[in-house]
Amino acid sequence: MKRGIPLIIAGVVGTVLVIQYFIPHTPFGVLNDVFSDWFSIIQATAIWLGALNLIKVSGDKVYKRKRDWQFSLVVILCFLLMVIVGFFFSGGRRFLDPGTPFSLLYDYVYSPLVAMMFALLAFFVGSASYRAFRARNKEATVLLIAAFVVMLGRVPLGDALTGWLPDWLHLSVISNWIMNVPNLAGQRAIMIGIALGIVSTSLRLILGIERSYLGGE
Amino acid sequence: MTQKLLTGVLLVFTFAAVSIAQEADISGQAVDSLPPPTVAPPSEATAKDTPNDAGSSITITWKRSPDDLARVSGFIGYDISRGTSPEGPFEKIGDVPAGTVDDPELKAYLDNNTVDGTGYFYLVEAKAKGAVSGAVTSMAVTSSQAWFNFGLINMFIATVFMISAILYYISSAKAGKKLYIRKIAGLEAVDEAVGRATEMGKKIFFIPGTQDMDNVQTIAGLTILGRVSRLTAEYEARIDVPVSRSLVMITAREVVKEAYLSAGRPDAYTDDMVYYLTDDQFGYAAGIDGLIVRQKPATIFYQGAFYAESLILAETGNSIGAIQIAGTAMPAQLPFFVAACDYTLIGEELFAASAYLSHEPKLLGSLKGQDLGKIVIIAALIIGFLIQALGIYNFASLFRVAGG
Amino acid sequence: MASEKTKAFLLKMIGIDRRIIFIFVFIALSVPMFISIDMNIPTSPEVEMLVETMEKLPDGAKVLVSLDYDPSSEPELQPMAETFLIYAMRRNFKIIVIGLWPQGAIQAERAKAVAEEHEGKEFVYGENYINLGFQSGNELVIQRMGSSIPAAFPRDYFGRPVDEFPIMQGVKNFSNIDYVFNLSAGYPGTIEWVLFAVDKFGATLGAGNTAVQAPMIYPYLGKQLKGLAGGMKGGAELEILTSLEGRAVKYMVGQTFAHAVIVLFIIIANIAYFATRDSKKGGVL
Repeated sequence: MKRGIPLIIAGVVGTVLVIQYFIPHTPFGVLNDVFSDWFSIIQATAIWLGALNLIKVSGDKVYKRKRDWQFSLVVILCFLLMVIVGFFFSGGRRFLDPGTPFSLLYDYVYSPLVAMMFALLAFFVGSASYRAFRARNKEATVLLIAAFVVMLGRVPLGDALTGWLPDWLHLSVISNWIMNVPNLAGQRAIMIGIALGIVSTSLRLILGIERSYLGGE
Repeated sequence: MTQKLLTGVLLVFTFAAVSIAQEADISGQAVDSLPPPTVAPPSEATAKDTPNDAGSSITITWKRSPDDLARVSGFIGYDISRGTSPEGPFEKIGDVPAGTVDDPELKAYLDNNTVDGTGYFYLVEAKAKGAVSGAVTSMAVTSSQAWFNFGLINMFIATVFMISAILYYISSAKAGKKLYIRKIAGLEAVDEAVGRATEMGKKIFFIPGTQDMDNVQTIAGLTILGRVSRLTAEYEARIDVPVSRSLVMITAREVVKEAYLSAGRPDAYTDDMVYYLTDDQFGYAAGIDGLIVRQKPATIFYQGAFYAESLILAETGNSIGAIQIAGTAMPAQLPFFVAACDYTLIGEELFAASAYLSHEPKLLGSLKGQDLGKIVIIAALIIGFLIQALGIYNFASLFRVAGG
Repeated sequence: MASEKTKAFLLKMIGIDRRIIFIFVFIALSVPMFISIDMNIPTSPEVEMLVETMEKLPDGAKVLVSLDYDPSSEPELQPMAETFLIYAMRRNFKIIVIGLWPQGAIQAERAKAVAEEHEGKEFVYGENYINLGFQSGNELVIQRMGSSIPAAFPRDYFGRPVDEFPIMQGVKNFSNIDYVFNLSAGYPGTIEWVLFAVDKFGATLGAGNTAVQAPMIYPYLGKQLKGLAGGMKGGAELEILTSLEGRAVKYMVGQTFAHAVIVLFIIIANIAYFATRDSKKGGVL
């Protein structure tokens, strides 16, 4: 019973949503929108569960002085700061205007932190490339050459080095060809495989063959 | 800029001509009785029920005004008005700007606010500075809902085919037919990875992606979590599952709890194994990185949908020497995982994981159905390439999905 | 002896501490901020297509701008947003901003402020610029806009009903929009705009994407997508082709140096690898 009802719901809803894709007539045509709205509502409401769990876990670590409890304290303080400012001191309707508390937190705390995390990629790409691009075999050598061509071709340095050659041998031209032809072909092939995988997995979920998301076999 | 200059020059000449005419009394008319400005009307205005839709929509098409086609200066566009009789009254419902050089001769407008069953007439009026002239559709058109979207017929055939293929192979697998599945290195290494963490006395981290339960990759990741949790329960290793979405947290808890129950270790399970960090993409990445650097897990699984945080997570894991097994169906992130992780499940291998790990015939049968779909697509690609290269037929048009 | 020393050095290079690589990448990225270098940046057909489509728009055209990214993609996409708004100001486009990501609408306000400072004049809110804000629902929002934009966005970002504003008069759906310009860092993004706004409702679409996303979008170029600016280079090309050179062109210098440093390290790694192939030693990396 515990798993029977969710399986039936998954099966019925999944089947109906597949059918409704082909039938514009009411009520089928609006089902996708309706179910998506329901999911958005559940998703938005569920954020509270996550937030409460975060406070509970972090609070527990601080209270019991577990290892690295100081980081959990920072989490709680930042969470409360953003919630209080967002709800009570945001600056009202004009909260986006420069100088409002919300704006200050967004521009001088949130934005730089997020940009900094993304900027880590620049450094990690360096270390990952250093480790990964070694000509261990034929395929790795081809990968290495392609990496050189694309990395140099995507910046003006590539054309500065090969500007004296015929147009079709400029690194930017070859780099564009690599991105638009072999890379694209590979991406499309992977996407086709993924799409088929999604169809198969979805069918297994609808038919109740795949039940692991309910827990157990 | 050029258009404004031309208009200015035209005006100057017009005023000059008018002044000369007044002095020389050429026309014998006063300035204030100049002929009114005119604009050529659009033609062939037709309306029809927008096909394959849920009603309340009529598509109006018309041939552009000759002034529009000739890009006469001052041409503004078209006003679309609607009424219930050919004589009017008409109420304006929208406007469409003048066409550009690349636009076709026929223009279209979608009226999405009709009442099904009511007959409408449409007036399409060309507008230029001070002038309007129009064309009315010749017969009443009513909108209606369609029971089947024939624009998606190719999708329908493909869907029926795929479902049939998968169901056929599932039933033949249930009937006892042996199905071959190739080795997937990443999944073969799961046992070894969990064992390593147990021997080292360190944790296992399982990251089920950064998307929510509506993403099939997340569900596929949680399937693998179930298997991994069962192993950690059996080996008495410790597993942490920090998640990015509340619904994933709830589901993952059920998965892990059931896995511990089926392994006979319900006492070893605690809710704190699965915990929420944040929905924010890079906040989550920062949180995971901090946990990895401080707690130094022996094994890290990345199984699900990831975006730009993939390399940040994987490199951090690599820096502490953890064994990393990744799996994602995000083509843009696969190269990062391949470069930074020990094993990577590429695309559909993530979805095959549950079949692979359980060796259950029904699941294996669905993989075979998938493979049949792939064979058909490959055949279509080869045939289509030959047909189009030889100029016989536009094979690609068979695969175009029309709007619904 | 010397060759033993060399081998030992090369073995060390194979296992070099990643922080040394980080330092060199940091130097490569930061030094160009303090020196001025002119670079010849060739333009690509994708960005040329994008600018050609923009140039064919009539002055005063109604343009829907969807900013679907957050501050993490700011260095790549924000310069494109700023360039487009400056261009829009010069061409008197009427700009309707939306965001399918929550932060997109905020990024629009930041780009607007930069554009206004650059041009020395302001957009008139409600007449030639409006920010309709963020709406949750991902691609469903685009689908709703196909039926009715006011129904999808009944109020602007600041809570006022949209039908109060002159810019929204006569804007029912994509038929009343001359051009859609989308900047995207992931999902929802350009692919959703192509699948819904273009394929279903016939909108004309141009886009900018991050360098990682751009290869996924190439399949749509041509009939469905009228031009694509990919990554920092795409942003720099956009600035050059619209004669509005700004941040992206400056950032390309840093990116060039960084790429050169990474290529150099890869060459060193391979030299070390081949020279020490018989050795058993592994390394930190």
